[in-house]
Amino acid sequence: MSMVSVLAVDLPYWAQSLLRVLGGLVAVLLPAGTIVYVFLFKMMSFMQSRLGPMEAGPYGSMQLFAEVGKWLQKEDIYPERADKFIFKLAPLIVLASTFLLVAVVPFGPDAWFTNFEAGIFYALAVSSVSVLGILIAGWASANKYSLLGGLRAAGQLIAYELPMVLAVIGVVIQAGSMNLQDIVLAQNAGSIFGWDGLGNPYVLTQFVGFIIFMIAVQAELTQAPFDMPIAESELVSGYMTEYSGFRFLIFFIGEFATAGVFAMIASILFLGGWGVPFAWFGWTDMDSVDNWMNIVGPLILFTKMMLVVFVVMWVRFSYPRFREDQLQRFAWKVLIPISLVNIMVTAILKVAF
Amino acid sequence: MSQFLRSYLTVVWFGLAAFLIASLLLGLSALLRPNRPTREKLIAYESGVDPVGEGWSQSQIRYYVFALLFVIFDVEAVFIFPWATQLERYAGFGLVEMGVFVAVLLLGLVYAWRKGVLRWI
Repeated sequence: MSMVSVLAVDLPYWAQSLLRVLGGLVAVLLPAGTIVYVFLFKMMSFMQSRLGPMEAGPYGSMQLFAEVGKWLQKEDIYPERADKFIFKLAPLIVLASTFLLVAVVPFGPDAWFTNFEAGIFYALAVSSVSVLGILIAGWASANKYSLLGGLRAAGQLIAYELPMVLAVIGVVIQAGSMNLQDIVLAQNAGSIFGWDGLGNPYVLTQFVGFIIFMIAVQAELTQAPFDMPIAESELVSGYMTEYSGFRFLIFFIGEFATAGVFAMIASILFLGGWGVPFAWFGWTDMDSVDNWMNIVGPLILFTKMMLVVFVVMWVRFSYPRFREDQLQRFAWKVLIPISLVNIMVTAILKVAF
Repeated sequence: MSQFLRSYLTVVWFGLAAFLIASLLLGLSALLRPNRPTREKLIAYESGVDPVGEGWSQSQIRYYVFALLFVIFDVEAVFIFPWATQLERYAGFGLVEMGVFVAVLLLGLVYAWRKGVLRWI
């Protein structure tokens, strides 16, 4: 992070890189752990009229550590016909995709790992790397359930990649930049009809885009109602069927860490990211933002992320699964035409005003 | 090395970090876990009965046309992104140009729709 230069410490390149990687580790694992505990353990339990884990620590809060300890001791079984090398590689690719994705998330005015000019473009490109991991996991297992799950996952992620990309274009048109910091700045320093009390969060002006993006995120994360690739009543566990022990846990961590990072990107694109409306403190541009935002910014982003994940999980726990053909029809015949129209309407309004 | 390339080097470190942390945990797990493979454990899981035929069974890949359409639309998105960042400068001219572009693509989608390739058979 360029926080280092704010603190006026001159670190060598390797130390900066080490700090960045450690920061990235926290940025991946902390949201993943929180999401699993708060939503998967507790919220799901409450929505199903039960308490969830209560024994490990107060209100079961140490359950995560117990789980990791348990998974560490599980035997690592792989089918004898499996393609062993890529079978073992697949979970690592899924996790690597999450790490590559978090590299682009800005947490504050100076708290970022990388600040690409084409940041959101990079994020969209890297997010599809996990499909590779899922597809080769399905293929390498030499299991019919896994193969079907992997193929379903590929078909689904292909179909929902497009609405996601097209929904993001609306935001890029409004912000006039693909840089994530510029998008955050444009929302918080913006105004709606001259009123800047809320800035200009794109969830208000790009509402259609936001809905499309959230649906696509739900599908990309293979959360119900889009969980056909791992549909337990049809395919046992889809592409994860043959994975056991810690390799399964890596898939699991990857799934929820990716949920966290996607939620962060959604809040950066549509909810103002790490910022608060700049008018509250009289800031006008990135340079005038006070330094304490580097500390408070990550907390604000984390809060917004939790809100977005709450919605994703709420939908997940509430709706039954789509059928495979319904899923494809919905993407190609509803979401893509709407998002193309959304792009043109946004562009016309942008030029008109 | 320029600042530009350095920021991409960070991406490489992040990718390596993912492999490193996963390998570390898997190594730790290798020290703790038992390893007693038996014949029954290692056969492919098929809901409890003995697996029938090959694991890589023939299955119909229904979405190769979808995949082709996906490539077309993805390339389209690559063209739209730079236009979207510069829309303010191009104004009306850019709007008309992109209107034509998107209209042609929508026409293609409608054609595919009418041809019935958007059905998951």
